[in-house]
Amino acid sequence: MLPEPTLTHYLILSAVLFSIGTAGVFLRRNLITILLSVEVMLNAVNLTFIAVDKFRGTFDGQIIVFFVITVAAAEAAVGLAIVIALFRHKETLNPDAFTSLKW
Amino acid sequence: MDAFLFWIMATVAVTASVLVVGQRHPMYSVMLLIVSFAALAGLYVLLDAPFVAAIQIIIYVGAIMVLFLFVVMLMNVPTEELSPGDRLRLLTAGPRRFGAALAVMLVVQLFWTLQRSTSLQNTATPAGVTPASVPDIGRRIFTEYSFAFEATSVLILVAMVGAIVLARKEPQ
Repeated sequence: MLPEPTLTHYLILSAVLFSIGTAGVFLRRNLITILLSVEVMLNAVNLTFIAVDKFRGTFDGQIIVFFVITVAAAEAAVGLAIVIALFRHKETLNPDAFTSLKW
Repeated sequence: MDAFLFWIMATVAVTASVLVVGQRHPMYSVMLLIVSFAALAGLYVLLDAPFVAAIQIIIYVGAIMVLFLFVVMLMNVPTEELSPGDRLRLLTAGPRRFGAALAVMLVVQLFWTLQRSTSLQNTATPAGVTPASVPDIGRRIFTEYSFAFEATSVLILVAMVGAIVLARKEPQ
């Protein structure tokens, strides 16, 4: 029989997802995949909010998650606009190609 | 039943997320991320947060991921380049290994913290708490969190203007 999920299960799941997102940001060499990894990290944090909420019997976390999702939408819009501008500039999505600001 | 669903959806979420990071082509990454988000929405339902599950599907999957798909398709995004020299550099040079080491370190730290936070363990759900209804959440958002709500509206306006300005073609 599978163990009943406790708060720790949810927190560990969220930690695993967050680490996967971090690894993606560090390992991938494609701006779009990096943005997607950031979304994975945001969702891991959302899961923490909801899980702690449930086990405390409150619902403030749900409201915070609502705002996080809104901010994520704004972030995706601006991030993708920057990606489009960069792609138009250099015809590549490899972040190593954008070194104009490097001293 | 709940336990069964939890393990299924947790497995789906983790597998899909790993594959998102593992794919070379962003198109597959976006599709797999949608799967991961759907599994997370299922977990939110298990956690008595149907409202968040709904906005997860509507906003994340319906709006944000579609935005990503549009960009990937419209730009005809190239697959991550892997020229022979590039591959050699990846195998020998430090950045990748350093990044992987940092990620592993993060996992270890997070697990260590979770192990030590005994106050979090064995927390049972408080009895007699009914799941928050949408009217409850709405009332809280427009009273206690009304400032955050208004600030968010300004943020979205700024993001909209910013996205248009950034993605516009430079007038010659």
